[in-house]
Amino acid sequence: MSGDNEETQTTEETAVDDKEVPEKMISPEKSEEAKLKARYPNLGNKPGGSDLLRKRLQKGQKYFDSGDYNMAKAKIKNKQLPTAAPEKTEITGDHIPTPQDLPQRKPSLVASKLAG
Amino acid sequence: MAGPGGGSNDVQWCFSQVKGSIDDDVAEADIISTVEFNHSGELLATGDKGGRVVIFQQEPESKNQPQCRGEYNVYSTFQSHEPEFDYLKSLEIEEKINKIRWLPQKNAAQFLLSTNDKTIKLWKISERDKRPEGYNLKEEDGRYRDPNSVTALRVPVFRPMDLMVEASPRRVFANAHTYHINSISVNSDYETYLSADDLRINLWHLEITDRSFNIVDIKPANMEELTEVITAAEFHPNQCNTFVYSSSKGTIRMCDMRASALCDKHAKLFEEPEDPNNRSFFSEIISSISDVKFSHSGRYMMTRDYLSVKIWDLNMETRPVETYQVHEYLRSKLCSLYENDCIFDKFECCWNGNDSVVMTGSYNNFFRMFDRGYRQDVTLEASRENSKPRSVLKPRKVSTGGKRKKDEISVDSLDFNKKILHTAWHPLDNIIAVATTNNLYIFQEKLN
Repeated sequence: MSGDNEETQTTEETAVDDKEVPEKMISPEKSEEAKLKARYPNLGNKPGGSDLLRKRLQKGQKYFDSGDYNMAKAKIKNKQLPTAAPEKTEITGDHIPTPQDLPQRKPSLVASKLAG
Repeated sequence: MAGPGGGSNDVQWCFSQVKGSIDDDVAEADIISTVEFNHSGELLATGDKGGRVVIFQQEPESKNQPQCRGEYNVYSTFQSHEPEFDYLKSLEIEEKINKIRWLPQKNAAQFLLSTNDKTIKLWKISERDKRPEGYNLKEEDGRYRDPNSVTALRVPVFRPMDLMVEASPRRVFANAHTYHINSISVNSDYETYLSADDLRINLWHLEITDRSFNIVDIKPANMEELTEVITAAEFHPNQCNTFVYSSSKGTIRMCDMRASALCDKHAKLFEEPEDPNNRSFFSEIISSISDVKFSHSGRYMMTRDYLSVKIWDLNMETRPVETYQVHEYLRSKLCSLYENDCIFDKFECCWNGNDSVVMTGSYNNFFRMFDRGYRQDVTLEASRENSKPRSVLKPRKVSTGGKRKKDEISVDSLDFNKKILHTAWHPLDNIIAVATTNNLYIFQEKLN
């Protein structure tokens, strides 16, 4: 097992006491967790919670809005296009999609290679 | 035809066939997303990300080669689902086939259910090997004859023609799922089936497409309180009132439809207690159940989570009766597996015909079999290098310690892009279908 950084004892609220245990006794899972928290200090404490699940439920969401699109087309000067408030946990993407942005979904006209 | 062989103890697996292109550059549409044998094992269906279904048929055993069971050749292929865009919800709907389930055969035609994220379709696959000839008013090519040229009458007769296999959609079950469908399961009453999405399970009648009954709803009133989703669901193989559904938190709930119309309250809850000291950031993610399958006998069920396969006795809810480690060496790689999203891969699992062996896939195109009786397991590989006809597959080993033996592969050398998520076992014989990213391998038991 690669050496683990004792420096990862940041201000996380998780059971920090476990990490005071000598290296040999830390389970592989816990040392992997320490690695992850070192790389992403802002990672929430509820991995299986709302954020992850809601991301899963929102698969496929494109947020094309014809109103926004037409406004962008009209090129209204000095007016900012609406963007999501930074505090929102809603995952809306970082820009407003236009019809050109949406990938053209064409059905597979080619036969499957398994049948070849 | 011999019955299913004994366990891994005496079964040697041979390469039989591989379907798909050798091309390393895989088009997304060619990614195989589901594999399923029909009830007799004569037909093998695959679905892919491009919404296409390919059905293979087993050739009858030839007298010239009694050592080999019949080969599987293409029987029918069709476009089952197409990509859609729901403008009202701004939602892109993938055409990827999530699941295929066969109906038991009732007449000459074959029926299967195929589903994408939102719509389930019932397909009829029928053979045509005769056509009527000798019409009075039409030429053979279909053009109408001049009535004045008809001087005598004849009776049209059926003449043999080259076999044509036609697939036609007989029912479309749409607009019943807000979330993404992950499972379909045909009831043993052969009249109804269930479809499950992340938060709800619906019951359908195969004849009725304009309505379905909601039988499970775990959507919380406030979505902020969402803690778990439904990951798989299946009907009991012979009790038509019973079904199970698994969750992202590693629990399985068994429901009895006789108890009430809405089965939100489970009849049984299967959950293995967890040592709170061992809990980590990854615990819940790796405990998420990606597949649940009843045994053919109906006495047991098997669940697959990220690192293991568990067998549960339906009479005991407190813990599984058997646990098999699929790739325990990945426990010390969870950080990188989380970063590259592999930790969210959904592996399926399957039983052999007599429930004595279970199989599931892993990475590096490895797949694993666990013999429940002999308590043995084996790791095999689906690769083009082992694809000489009837060549016996050599067991593979992943080295976990410091010293790597010859022929072993180290954990760091595993290719995590080569995943075997879908496998299927012939219902009666030792024939298995293993799907790599874009190829379908068929392996058979070595017969002497």
